[in-house]
Amino acid sequence: MRIGVITFPGTLDDRDAARAVNVGGAEAVALWHADADLKKVDAVILPGGFSYGDYLRCGAISRFAPVMKLVIEAAGKGMPVLGICNGFQVLCESHLLPGALTRNSDLHFLCRDQEIEITNNTTAWTTSFAEGERITIPLKNGEGSFQCDDQTLARLENEGRVIARYVGVNPNGSRNLIAGITNERGNVVGLMPHPEHAIDPLTGPSAQGLGFFTSILNAMVK
Amino acid sequence: MSLDTVAIAQSTPENKQPFAELGLKPDEYARIKEILGRRPTSSELAMYSVMWSEHCSYKSSKVHLKQFGDKAPISDALLVGIGENAGVVDVGQGYAVTFKIESHNHPSFVEPYQGAATGIGGIVRDILTMGARPIAVMDPLRFGPANAPDTRRVLPGIVAGIGGYGNCLGLPNIGGEIVFDETYAGNPLVNALCVGVMKHSDIKLAKAAGAGNLVVLFGAKTGGDGIGGVSVLASETFGAGGSTKRPSVQVGDPFVEKILIECSLEIFAEDLVVGIQDLGGAGLSCATSELASGGSGGMKVALDKVPLRDPSLSPEEILMSESQERMCAIVEPQKLQRFLEICKKWDVTVTAIGEVTDGERLEITWNGEVIVDVPPRTVAHEGPVYNRPLAQPAYIDEVNKQKITLPILNSASDIKAAVLKLAGAPNLADKSWVTSQYDKYVQGNTIQSQPDDSGMVRIDESTHLGVAISTDANANWSYLNPYQGAKLALAEAARNIATAGARPLAVTNCLNFGSPEDPGVMWQFAETVRGLADGCLEMGLPVTGGNVSFYNQTGPVAILPTPVIGVLGVIQDVRTRTPMSFNVAGLDLYLLGDTYEDFAGSEWAFLNGERVGQTPTADLAREIRLIELLLEGHADGLFKAAHDLSQGGLSAGLTEMVLRYFVGATITLGNVGIELLSESPGRVVVAVNAGTSQALSQLATKYSITLSKLGTTGGDSLIINDCIIPLSELRTAHTSTFPTLFG
Repeated sequence: MRIGVITFPGTLDDRDAARAVNVGGAEAVALWHADADLKKVDAVILPGGFSYGDYLRCGAISRFAPVMKLVIEAAGKGMPVLGICNGFQVLCESHLLPGALTRNSDLHFLCRDQEIEITNNTTAWTTSFAEGERITIPLKNGEGSFQCDDQTLARLENEGRVIARYVGVNPNGSRNLIAGITNERGNVVGLMPHPEHAIDPLTGPSAQGLGFFTSILNAMVK
Repeated sequence: MSLDTVAIAQSTPENKQPFAELGLKPDEYARIKEILGRRPTSSELAMYSVMWSEHCSYKSSKVHLKQFGDKAPISDALLVGIGENAGVVDVGQGYAVTFKIESHNHPSFVEPYQGAATGIGGIVRDILTMGARPIAVMDPLRFGPANAPDTRRVLPGIVAGIGGYGNCLGLPNIGGEIVFDETYAGNPLVNALCVGVMKHSDIKLAKAAGAGNLVVLFGAKTGGDGIGGVSVLASETFGAGGSTKRPSVQVGDPFVEKILIECSLEIFAEDLVVGIQDLGGAGLSCATSELASGGSGGMKVALDKVPLRDPSLSPEEILMSESQERMCAIVEPQKLQRFLEICKKWDVTVTAIGEVTDGERLEITWNGEVIVDVPPRTVAHEGPVYNRPLAQPAYIDEVNKQKITLPILNSASDIKAAVLKLAGAPNLADKSWVTSQYDKYVQGNTIQSQPDDSGMVRIDESTHLGVAISTDANANWSYLNPYQGAKLALAEAARNIATAGARPLAVTNCLNFGSPEDPGVMWQFAETVRGLADGCLEMGLPVTGGNVSFYNQTGPVAILPTPVIGVLGVIQDVRTRTPMSFNVAGLDLYLLGDTYEDFAGSEWAFLNGERVGQTPTADLAREIRLIELLLEGHADGLFKAAHDLSQGGLSAGLTEMVLRYFVGATITLGNVGIELLSESPGRVVVAVNAGTSQALSQLATKYSITLSKLGTTGGDSLIINDCIIPLSELRTAHTSTFPTLFG
């Protein structure tokens, strides 16, 4: 199984995401922002970083990258897409996911080991977890506060589309402690914390992030 | 202003030139005229002034820095030594590691965010220029008193700048230091260290060889920021008018730098450059003259081809501009096409601006007219050298002969109060408020970072090879005795590498001092260099490079002499590293090393307003034995934890250990006041499995290191004799200082 990892100019966690894909048991395929094809991948990851320097708004420029047109099309047909951190921001800007990520409530960039609870284990990227499972993975961003209007929030909650919530503290002022959400179909997931940095306790706070990269294998087997 | 060409300079020898305003002394100006056989053009004057500034020419420090070469230990590890953009060390398995510290002190006081940000940018380009992929950064910082209003302006800005730039580059920040002292008010120190890795065959040098090869400028366009930043900011002591110099501070764009890194690494991978140099201090003046000087000597540059952000810039300004995120490469003509293609892929602006010639002159033209015609070595490498007067300052004898008097700990409540006071002291308190603003996880290879003894990164995922780095300085010790202070900082940094099980290999340094025109400061500097060179020779660690920052002075008050020493070490298998603390109960805790009444320069003395007495004498032979003990114990898998004792002594060391994994300890001490608070050098606390104490004792005997049992791990308190400190109370004291001070 081939999972594409997109590099935009300014993407930082692409090598980490590719490593996590390989450790999870799939084959990572490098995709370039200017690519005109998806190289026959089965799923796509938009990794973290500061694509285009986060200029204008986080993700606002990457959204127009040639490869994103293909990602949006493929997502519409059900291809699994995971956006991590900056990737989540790109998915929101692309309207594959609702809402927006705004500046952390304390206005500082924050890097910490964050406990989250998996609140929906039925998406393409979360089936390896038990519902309600708590995991600790790195959170690192300056603009991670999830915001949306009341109506959207009600829909997300009522349809079970909040896939992960912060536990213990609200690190960035996100509404309803939201750390990650999915689309109606459950194939597109956006997540603010970084599971790709938690695949080995040697280099991360745990190996509990690996579940996102093994879940996708289950999704394909189905 | 009309164009000042070489022809005009020849015909108007009498023209007055503003050399003094550019920071040149009359005799330096006279020497330029002698070199050229005429008055310099205004462009040449700009180049010489900026290249002969203290910051670029090391004119006051050179005569002393020679000792690093003269006393260099024999080392197989050194692949590239002092003089290149950064030294390169062999770490085995075909890997070479390059690392260096630089200062960005003055700009960071004027404009904290941009000053600190561009400090990171500059050191990262130095590392990149050697052909290496940058893999981590560290930041040793010094500030005025923690509760001073200006510290509240400077510190958050500097921290945000380091994070804002480093995070956006995707470089993990794996450590550093933060120390407060009133002498740094008005002179904060922002030192930035970067480490990079490459294969031996990928090492690049700053030289322009091969007539007909092209001089290619790539990266950001040149703007008006940072014009004269080096000579105006770094070489003059601050007066009252700091803020008026704001435009001199460069403005960084980390996104452009990130692109430039990836673009350059792709260019290096295809072997498309003969030589390369980044544009930092002194911009194009520095890059062109150093490349030409490092090669055969001849180069022609058409300055009007330089892409500009501001088309109104004069040639002099273009030569001096310190716009960030620019690189200059020497490229063979047949490889230019591919070079341009890679730049296009990354949307990097690239322009061939000249070529290497077989002459010996650096010739720069502006729309066809010659505005610079100089022997490049006279600009880059043969600047003025000063043997400045030096004299031991009067304070030395005065403070050395005073006996230090400190409160004595008599009761359990005294002990508790002292431990809590040290735990919450700004110099020793938890630094998470700062480090949580830095990305430590990116690249996925970080094994250790703050608050560990050293930063450690894996450099090969299949063999598990890694490197560890620590930076250390105790300016109080250096103030009382700069010679011993330098040796002790070196020993501490090396020890901080060895506690994890890494073998120290090489040294870099950033020497921060007051004005070299003050003989007392110059003496502090000379003694520091002598101490460091002697120490490196004795410990067998080569100095690979470094940086000198003078003029850290407000009026007559100089900063404490602050030699920041960085030591790099190698560990064969990062999975085996010894952690700095324990996460289980029932381990035995031992102290390695001797404790004396060493309070001079200690944190306890500082908190009690005492800066007198005598710095401990460094015993480097014993330090080497301690390091060998740590390495052998690590190889045998003996240690469950090992933590260096330095500032704050055993009190601070135990605090850091029990709070790391929130597992307590019960400690029995004899003379509590001394054993808890003394800062005798060369000490390490280790945790071992109960029952392995005999192996430890044999090791201690083998290396003649004193071994004393401290106690055992476990519980939810730190218990010292009859004093019980609940971990929750200790944690509150340790972690609340920074949030309370800085919000």
